[in-house]
Amino acid sequence: MKLDEAKLYHKIDAVVVGAGLAGLRAALEIARNGFQVAVISKVYPTRSHSGAAQGGIAAALANVKEDSLDLHMFDTIKGGDYLGDQDVIEFFISEAVKTVYEFENMGVPFSRTEDGRINQRDFGGHSSPRACFSADITGHVLLHTLYEQCVKQHVHFFNEFQVFSLLIENDSCKGVVAWDIRNGGMHTFHSKSVLLATGGYGRAYKITSNAHANTGDALALILECGLPLEDMEFVQFHPTGLYKHGILLSEAARGEGAYILNDKGERFMKNYAATKMELGPRDVVSRAEQTEINEGRGIGGKDYVYLDLRHIGKERIMERLPQVYDLALNYLKVDAIKEPIPIQPTAHYSMGGIPANVRTEVIKDAKGSIIKGLYTAGEASCLSVHGANRLGTNSLQDAATFGRIAGISMSQFVRDNKFENLPANPQDAALKKVSTFMNGTGKERHSVIRALLQNGMTKLAGVFRTEEDMLKLRVLVKELQERFKNVTIDDKGNSYNMDLIEAFEVSNLLSFSETIVEGAIARKESRGAHYRNDYPKRDDENWLRHTLAWQTEKGVVLDHSKEVIIFRDRYAPQERKY
Amino acid sequence: MAKVKLNVKVLRYNPDTDKKPYWKTYELETEDDVTILDVLNEIHWNIDGTLAYRRSCRSAICGSCAMKVNGRNVLACETGLHQFNSHKLKIEPLPGFKIIKDLVVDLDEFFAKLERILPYLILKKPTPDKEFLQSPQDFDKIQEAAMCILCGSCTSSCPSLWANEDYLGPAALLKAYRFIFDSRDDGTDERLDIINDRNGIWRCHTIFNCMEACPKDIKITEYLSRLKVKATENSI
Repeated sequence: MKLDEAKLYHKIDAVVVGAGLAGLRAALEIARNGFQVAVISKVYPTRSHSGAAQGGIAAALANVKEDSLDLHMFDTIKGGDYLGDQDVIEFFISEAVKTVYEFENMGVPFSRTEDGRINQRDFGGHSSPRACFSADITGHVLLHTLYEQCVKQHVHFFNEFQVFSLLIENDSCKGVVAWDIRNGGMHTFHSKSVLLATGGYGRAYKITSNAHANTGDALALILECGLPLEDMEFVQFHPTGLYKHGILLSEAARGEGAYILNDKGERFMKNYAATKMELGPRDVVSRAEQTEINEGRGIGGKDYVYLDLRHIGKERIMERLPQVYDLALNYLKVDAIKEPIPIQPTAHYSMGGIPANVRTEVIKDAKGSIIKGLYTAGEASCLSVHGANRLGTNSLQDAATFGRIAGISMSQFVRDNKFENLPANPQDAALKKVSTFMNGTGKERHSVIRALLQNGMTKLAGVFRTEEDMLKLRVLVKELQERFKNVTIDDKGNSYNMDLIEAFEVSNLLSFSETIVEGAIARKESRGAHYRNDYPKRDDENWLRHTLAWQTEKGVVLDHSKEVIIFRDRYAPQERKY
Repeated sequence: MAKVKLNVKVLRYNPDTDKKPYWKTYELETEDDVTILDVLNEIHWNIDGTLAYRRSCRSAICGSCAMKVNGRNVLACETGLHQFNSHKLKIEPLPGFKIIKDLVVDLDEFFAKLERILPYLILKKPTPDKEFLQSPQDFDKIQEAAMCILCGSCTSSCPSLWANEDYLGPAALLKAYRFIFDSRDDGTDERLDIINDRNGIWRCHTIFNCMEACPKDIKITEYLSRLKVKATENSI
């Protein structure tokens, strides 16, 4: 059946929201299984932020040095500071090698070893060169290859559509409602199953490597449906954000041997992670950088340090790190062959997200009860593979592997289930959101409110956190939520109304940000990316637990009864030194 | 770093209210180290929310924000004010495409042409248990072409395409190159059948505009020339 885009109602087996690595991989699987699938994305698929991942995709191929699944598993658990669920991690690692070979067989152009195999490089927190790479554009080639495969399978794309609401009734998902950005108009997608793969929530921060699109839309929609989010307080800060812009300079730079230097020209990582040095995990390196900056050893006393590539040499920089070179040159006028690059920590990856089980089914409580027909994968989800801190190159692997698993689970569900009736007046909630913005009479601008939120989040819930700061942030978020009620947009038209989409995105940021703040206030310990100056130690006695957070009329409600799954005989928590 | 006063002319068009595009001028003050995307954001966020443009990654890899600035096709996000000698900017949508609204152009045909060249690995041999072996030299042949971000800058700058809208255009042909010269691919004959055509590779007149327009500095014209050689060899 050919879908008719002109119509505002679509009945289709499976709907995938988000066209990054997770969404496309799921769609490909569903299409290959012979079911109808529509991908709804607010940007063209090749514009998705998976394409900005640079350094590699993790798999223990052992193509350049000895490696094992067990070692990859250990590194992932330790990297996540023992908050990751080890049953899920074990499954993840067991699928990782297959995922990479499958990508290669689909046509991904990987960099090669001399004997023609997929090349691998070192990466932070991994004890063997495990990052399968294509120069420093790995995410880009994976994303484009998946898009090409979806084209081959005639996957139906609804490009530049923004999902405004989820249709969930009696713990069962029946579809989504989405706005056609290009032409205007609200569409109802009636489906048996829905995948939420909208990516991360880094746009809640001022300094971030995330795309403009990474506003965690599905997370806010989940909260709106009375469902919880998991481990939202865990936000990864990447140590090599380009100064002021926050955009990513790949960890591949350090994988290829780059140094990080303070104002005295010292490789200060020797004081923080003497063994791994610059290749410590991201949380450790970011804290080291921020400490140097806070103690006045930033360059010229300012809020940045240097990433130094010079000793790597022109030839290797241009072969292995061409994108890193171009970014430094174009944005900061720095020639990385001759000069060090100014960097600072930047909000990068969202460990938290929509809770789901290993089959990617969305769960609604600590017991693991599922919402029928609703799935999530990739950065939008929290399974939890990455625990309190993700290792570099594990995210592309996560998105692709669990995208595939979601496709398998959804195909099975579609095969075994009939369409359920839609709720009455399915578009009402979505249309109300649009009309509130279009007909508003208040004087507030969404851009102003967003900037205040992002400043607050970066300043008060960043690399280092304290209760005092976060109580201020709690008040700020509440105040901004109130002010947001008076937002009016300039653009009242239907055609490509970017003002409308941005207003909706800011409402989403304001919504889920309070679960970050409340989760971070409640977690009185330091673990992975969540560091509390007032509770600087990891507390395994009380906090080997996930956070579930609901939004209610009385504010955010937290539940810490979901315990971390640990294989005590194999991977019992130990001190995390690098 | 210092403050500068900018005079920014933007080509505006709203299909619901305007008969044709018109220039609108914005006066604003910014830091001198900002990018063109920062300038557009400043206008959109704080002066005029009705302005529409595409943007996402901010790091020159998603390809959303290709547009024409002071006569050149560029990615707004990676283009600093410092690249222009003047504080007067003239910003317009990519030429050669239908305008949807303001700086947002219609890419349907662009992506449809890409689909025509069968843009995926075609295999007629069994897949191995692990990876297909490919030498570093064979990888080098396709690495640069695989860097294409499908921003549309090249296709927009091509005079042959302006003259004949049925021409496949440089981006689709570059994608054909990327697969035809991939040592793993078995679809050369099918693809050559498609591009060995008067609206295919032979409508490239080696004008080099595409290469100049490419924000990723891909040597597109050279790769298209290699395709011509391949097409000739195959038809002999």
